[in-house]
Amino acid sequence: MALKIVKGSIDRMFDKNLQDLVRGIRNHKEDEAKYISTCIDEIKQELKQDNIAVKANAVCKLTYLQMLGYDVSWAAFNIVEVMSSSKFTYKRIGYLAASQCFHESTDVIMLTTNQIRKDLSSPNQYDTGVALTGLSCFVTPDLARDLANDIMTLMSHTKPYIRKKAVLIMYKVFLKYPESLRPAFPRLKEKLEDPDPGVQSAAVNVICELARRNPKNYLSLAPLFFKLMTSSTNNWVLIKIIKLFGALTPLEPRLGKKLIEPLTNLIHSTSAMSLLYECVNTVIAVLISLSSGMPNHSASIQLCVQKLRILIEDSDQNLKYLGLLAMSKILKTHPKSVQSHKDLILQCLDDKDESIRLRALDLLYGMVSKKNLMEIVKKLMLHVDKAEGTTYRDELLTKIIDICSQSNYQYITNFEWYISILVELTRLEGTRHGHLIASQMLDVAIRVKAIRAFAVAQMATLLDNAHLLTGNTQRNGICEVLYAAAWICGEFSEHLENPMQTLEAMLRPKVATLPGHIQAVYVQNAAKLFATVLKGEEGNTDGTAAQEASQLMIDRLPLFVQSANLEVQERASCILQLVKYIQKLQQKDVEVAEEVDALFAGELNPVAPKAQKKVPVPEGLDLDAWINEPPSESESEDEQPKAIFAKEEPKHSRPRHTEVDEKELARRREARKQEQANNPFYIKASPSSQKVYQEAPGVEHIPVVQIDLNVPLKVPGLPMSDQYVKMEEERRQKERAEKKKKEKKKRKEKRSGRGKKHDSAPESEEDITPAHMVDIVTEEMPENALPSDDDERDPTDPHKALDIDLDRPLADSEKLPVRSHRAAEAQKSPTDGETENATLQEPKKKNSKEKREKKRDKERDRKKSKEEKKKKKHKHEDKEEDLLGGQADEPVLQSEETSQVAEPPTSSSTTAEVSDLDFWLSNAPVPSNTQEAATVAAAAPEPSVTAPDSEPDEPKDTEMEETKSSKHKKKKQKKEKEEKEKKKKKKHHHHHHHSDGAGEESVQNGTVEEEEPLPPMSNYCLLAENSYIKMMMEDAEEVYDIQGNLQDGSQVVVSVIFENKCSSFLKSMEFNVLDSLNSKLQRPEGSGPHDGLVVPFQLPPGVSNEARFVFTVQSIVMPQKLKGTLTFIVKNEDDSTHEKLDFKLHFTCTSYLITTPCYSDAFAKLLESGDLKSSSLRLEGVNMPFHHLLARICFHHHFSVVERIDSCASMYSRSIQGHHVCLLVKTSAQTVSIDAKCDEPTLLGNVLDEIKQTFSQC
Amino acid sequence: MIKAILIFNNHGKPRLIRFYQYFSEDMQQQIIRETFHLVSKRDDNVCNFLEGSDYKLIYRHYATLYFVFCVDSSESELGILDLIQVFVETLDKCFENVCELDLIFHMDKVHYILQEVVMGGMVLETNMNEIVAQVEVQNRMEKSEGGLSAAPARAVSAVKNMNLPEIPRNINIGDINIKVPSLSPF
Repeated sequence: MALKIVKGSIDRMFDKNLQDLVRGIRNHKEDEAKYISTCIDEIKQELKQDNIAVKANAVCKLTYLQMLGYDVSWAAFNIVEVMSSSKFTYKRIGYLAASQCFHESTDVIMLTTNQIRKDLSSPNQYDTGVALTGLSCFVTPDLARDLANDIMTLMSHTKPYIRKKAVLIMYKVFLKYPESLRPAFPRLKEKLEDPDPGVQSAAVNVICELARRNPKNYLSLAPLFFKLMTSSTNNWVLIKIIKLFGALTPLEPRLGKKLIEPLTNLIHSTSAMSLLYECVNTVIAVLISLSSGMPNHSASIQLCVQKLRILIEDSDQNLKYLGLLAMSKILKTHPKSVQSHKDLILQCLDDKDESIRLRALDLLYGMVSKKNLMEIVKKLMLHVDKAEGTTYRDELLTKIIDICSQSNYQYITNFEWYISILVELTRLEGTRHGHLIASQMLDVAIRVKAIRAFAVAQMATLLDNAHLLTGNTQRNGICEVLYAAAWICGEFSEHLENPMQTLEAMLRPKVATLPGHIQAVYVQNAAKLFATVLKGEEGNTDGTAAQEASQLMIDRLPLFVQSANLEVQERASCILQLVKYIQKLQQKDVEVAEEVDALFAGELNPVAPKAQKKVPVPEGLDLDAWINEPPSESESEDEQPKAIFAKEEPKHSRPRHTEVDEKELARRREARKQEQANNPFYIKASPSSQKVYQEAPGVEHIPVVQIDLNVPLKVPGLPMSDQYVKMEEERRQKERAEKKKKEKKKRKEKRSGRGKKHDSAPESEEDITPAHMVDIVTEEMPENALPSDDDERDPTDPHKALDIDLDRPLADSEKLPVRSHRAAEAQKSPTDGETENATLQEPKKKNSKEKREKKRDKERDRKKSKEEKKKKKHKHEDKEEDLLGGQADEPVLQSEETSQVAEPPTSSSTTAEVSDLDFWLSNAPVPSNTQEAATVAAAAPEPSVTAPDSEPDEPKDTEMEETKSSKHKKKKQKKEKEEKEKKKKKKHHHHHHHSDGAGEESVQNGTVEEEEPLPPMSNYCLLAENSYIKMMMEDAEEVYDIQGNLQDGSQVVVSVIFENKCSSFLKSMEFNVLDSLNSKLQRPEGSGPHDGLVVPFQLPPGVSNEARFVFTVQSIVMPQKLKGTLTFIVKNEDDSTHEKLDFKLHFTCTSYLITTPCYSDAFAKLLESGDLKSSSLRLEGVNMPFHHLLARICFHHHFSVVERIDSCASMYSRSIQGHHVCLLVKTSAQTVSIDAKCDEPTLLGNVLDEIKQTFSQC
Repeated sequence: MIKAILIFNNHGKPRLIRFYQYFSEDMQQQIIRETFHLVSKRDDNVCNFLEGSDYKLIYRHYATLYFVFCVDSSESELGILDLIQVFVETLDKCFENVCELDLIFHMDKVHYILQEVVMGGMVLETNMNEIVAQVEVQNRMEKSEGGLSAAPARAVSAVKNMNLPEIPRNINIGDINIKVPSLSPF
């Protein structure tokens, strides 16, 4: 055998391994793609072989190729094969490949569920670890649903290595299967106090991720986190917690108050910069949340700013960057404290690191005031000149404009200065932001009426020197500025000193090289200028100037008429004809100026960009509806060629233009004005905009004329803004002097009164009066504009589904799905068993979907959905009825019952939680454990055994007609429910256990169905109990064999729940079992055969937790009883005592059986084979319906029904060591006879005994 | 959450990619290219963060390799920088003076180490000793599983890894005597 393996692997030596592949690729640099494609062919060959080692090697190589960008999804099935290898080496390769290339739509993922489940429960922690790691990358909603319970159990694994992985992966499970959040949350919360720091950190990690998305649901955890924050020393955990608090404080300002002190302490004490930084960040968040109503936190702010200054001054660029980032957060609420560090921030503008410069720029944006705006912008302008690289320069440019224009030009006191800044910016080479400058120019010129004269003068200069702007490159974005310049000069041409000159500038032949849309504006505005010129010349008697203007237009416009741009061409030809006509009139000495000017009469008002959007759609108007019948396909094709002839159109229209005479034009204009006046949607000049520039009373006015004298406007390209800075300073000084004078006067006047007031008050913000009345015309909005809608959260956000109330106690319907036996049970007709199996999968999914919906409904508004729920449940019922022959009527009713009964406690308990939090927040400075205390109090009087009469209520009561008995049962359920309410604070998994009589070794086994909320059959049986602790065993829940790895031993995993019943702390628990020859407890390597296993957790009062122990069992044909002892230390406040508790573990033979579906033909073959020994059993006085009987055997003894005919059924099960067990169950009257066959007579005998016992109990 | 971890060299050749959210292979390559483009043009003496709209890139540059973590706002920038350091130091311990070649030829091993540090986009362990211990236990398991059958393969790969001119025709590795007939096919 060994030789064969060696031989196989010698053959393998000649296969390429990963290293060879890599080397090969490196050696084939020129024809890499070709080489790789031959490699892929080889890999395909290797994957076809049976040798798993060869396959694994191939998959490993595929993983590498995937990294290089090759799609390897075709090998998904082979990856699954490698994943399911029993060897860790290959398994790991398989899972790695899967985690790299599987995703939700990979269909083979469906096949992996059982393999992953097997790996998760592997006794080798690294198998489990590898499976968890892989699963975390490709978990799908289906996998999450099917495996949630398994992973949840792993959260209490003995090994911290597995616990931390299981805790982390739960986050992924929650995302994919939100229903699991509530049932799993209590355990997750427990893990916050896990003894292992890694597990604790993982739990913090997960809860922080959850809380970040839906912080309000996690407020109640604040006390716990607070405790962790003050006790933990792990910086990583601290950072996470502190970040979480940053998300929580906005919701609960009182929390912030509590946090300030410990955070400040941390800031002072920590040496870790990362922690310091997060502390500062959270303190800032706290301060923001407190910004109003809190007395004084200036000390904290000062501390933060001071620490941030240290960060910014650090030579480490990272710290500098983060310091600036945090500074900008403070800026929002406490701008003053940041402004004092202006020097530092301006210094950062010189930093070599662009990201730091950009951060500093962001900060500057928030730091400007009326006082320092000019200074800051001046600095920025210097940087613009120095800046290398257009991106940064463009960024500077936009920042300058942003800073100046922010909140409606709030900080600009002198618009002449601003215009000159804009003009200076036009000299930037190669900027992309020409349109931005242009729109600023337009905006300022339109909205600040007082500046128009100045703006027009500046724009005229720009137009005059247009060649400077357009000079070098055609694509230069800056020429957009000319668009604005031309428009401003045209629209406000009355302010022009020399319109003729500007007109000439606008009609230069060079203009034809500008982009079309700019030319169009040129042409249109040339017409406006023309009108102005005519108007200006009207008084003159000779009229030569006017005629010159007309001649100029007629000379130059034909250039534009030939333009390729339709817009330019149309406008130019229109205007050309008009001018020709005017020229004719001029020659006849007709006064035309008035009429021409009327062409452009009226004022344009600024309209808010959103205005159009805000106009409400009138009722009954459907904009998407066709007005006419939609055109047919062929018609739309016809339309296209028209575009080719489009150019001709203007020519046709030309004669028409000449026909329209001036009077007609005027008449039409008048009519249009009338119409517009009556049209509510036409935006008219609002009364506010009529307010022409006014002088604020008492403010010294600097007339525009005066500026003209000071600043030589005609010299282009000279920085003028500086002069304005100077002027502005002078103005301010004057103002101050004026003020002082006034004050003096006042003081003189009021000398008798309290005249001691302002001695030399420092110049404050408000004191600076703008040079111009900045009565900025507000943008207009339609009257009935709709209020802006808040952006809703992205509906596809997976975290939305996780917005779940976690404080509400768990309802029974919320249990996590566990492996179910129903599939087998449903297999009633063996003939179409297979198809049925297939169809069964689907409705299940549907059901769960429905459930999900249901739950969401519940979340949304529980009251309202009650009725809907009922309906849905009925649907759900119907479906099940169809498939399963009317079963599940009852469970449905039950669940309805539960949800209704479960409601009242909901409200009460949440309020309790809230008040707890309130207490913690408002009261004690030390975190108190009120919550825990409450749970202890609630858990203490809890009755351990409940109504024994619940026993006959089988959850598996299939095919139960809706009879009186169901009504009767309802009542019973209710009673039970009430009892349950009393102990509602108990941990959720206790709901499983409550029916069994005390102490008896239970033969009950199996798992609970998701659909059945109240299973009287329990997973758990009481193992032992004393006044301190209670142990419950989930009896052989996971049974599996590892055929390959161990010779012939099988392993059984036993889950034991430890529950602390007393009010003391239980620790150092050791679990020990006296091994028998046959069964041994698996102990870690190196420990002796009699050593106890340390239970990996401690139990605070009222808490329960689950541990798993692995036993090796040699022979499974006999039931086993193992004696064991649990030792533990009870720790009270002042003393601690050693206690012990004896117990007996009982392994029944049925617990070694696995429910295995079997088809009738296979079953028949098995019976025919003759290898099986037979035995039989008679039960008298069994008083229950046949299907109940079958359900019981299935549930308790892990059988599945193969075939059922009337009152006769065949059943099948298989042991973990592969023994077949077949039953033939017949019933007549009250007698049940069971004929059984098995290949192991001892096992069969024991199983039959156990069955007998089950039925004797009822 | 960590959204992706990318390791590539100074020329943008990927050495390890690990996405914690699905992207098609083409998209992955594009992301690598764009990230490389962003990161490679930055000097070594500038800060190690790049901010996008939703995600931040946090990277470190070691000799010939860039280690880039793409994270969302829930991660602390400095924390991640420390984590990268821990990861690289762990690599250094596991490979004994790690260099780019180790990553090139043992991408799988780097992945296994990374899996002990980050799982599903969340930080699993930050303690280097713990990480190294877990990696080593798993490596031992792999070796013991390989046992007898893996010995020849190991031997051959050892031969393959040697510099060709220096290899003698007959070599002794342990007790298995392998005659290397011809080196050309390797």
